[in-house]
Amino acid sequence: MNTQAHAKHPTPRVYALVLLALLLLTAMTVSASGVDFGSPGVNVVIALLIASLKACLVALFFMHLRYDKPINAVIFSTGLVFLALFLIFCLIDFESREAVVPENLKTPGAVVAGGEAAAK
Amino acid sequence: MTPSTNTLDPHAHPHPTGLQHHFADMEQQADASKIGMWLFLVTEVLLFGGLFVGFALMQGRHHEAFLAAHHHLDRSLGILNTVVLLTSSWTMVMAVHSAQQGERKRLIVYLALTLVFACAFLGVKYLEYSHKFHEGLLPGKYYSHRGDTVPGQFMFFSFYFMMTGLHGLHIVAGMAAISWVLRRAMRGDFSGAYYTPVEIVGLYWHLVDMIWIYLFPLLYLIG
Repeated sequence: MNTQAHAKHPTPRVYALVLLALLLLTAMTVSASGVDFGSPGVNVVIALLIASLKACLVALFFMHLRYDKPINAVIFSTGLVFLALFLIFCLIDFESREAVVPENLKTPGAVVAGGEAAAK
Repeated sequence: MTPSTNTLDPHAHPHPTGLQHHFADMEQQADASKIGMWLFLVTEVLLFGGLFVGFALMQGRHHEAFLAAHHHLDRSLGILNTVVLLTSSWTMVMAVHSAQQGERKRLIVYLALTLVFACAFLGVKYLEYSHKFHEGLLPGKYYSHRGDTVPGQFMFFSFYFMMTGLHGLHIVAGMAAISWVLRRAMRGDFSGAYYTPVEIVGLYWHLVDMIWIYLFPLLYLIG
């Protein structure tokens, strides 16, 4: 049908369904954020899961990763792996050095003083 | 390599439109462009990644301040912008599809629609920013909002402005790229055999959309 090599691209129907799914997932994440699951951590996890599902839909269908040569997906996934390493090592570091971070946020006055000192 | 490259007969068209001399055929050229774009997108992910990691660390440590601060954001404007940007991603992918089918008029219409949605996104962002400027909800030492019960809310707005600001710059850059592709489409540069620039700009636009997909719940919904 078309002559640029990667001819196996989805149809407009598929694109419309993906958009519909993205909008529904948006509605889902908005309503889920209003529910009390007992711990705020659960809300964060649910929001990030739904966001990741949406991002996957965009990458696989709109960005054609599902239909393209695998090299593009390999490149992108590698980037995400390094982002995960970045996040995990920062979290490990941050969580294991409690005492080093000055607790300067107890009062609004201290915040202003700390901010001024840091700016100079 | 798929056998479909044979559709470009090198004898009938010794220099197919858009094929540069250092590539063997259109497929190789398109693949090279796409790999390059994906590599660039990875650097973009890591650029935003720094901000996301910073947000995660500070949100974890100052959870109450972030929670209190995020109530200053207008959730319905955030939802509106999410819908606008998701729809613009759809018009963009339809533009790529039209280019693929060699439908020049539809390609132009979808690209123009994408630009309209991008403008709408920036318009809503302008409303939100001006509201925050007015209230003194500004980053770092410029934070001057009165009557806070939880200290440290300026940190949320530091992240808010850096993340949405950088994202907004990407929207502007994307609009420039779409305008460039639109101009070329109107000039008749693209056909079913050559539309790589449309596809590449599409990839960029979808990445900008993807980043917003994460920004929206983190900033507007859970703080």
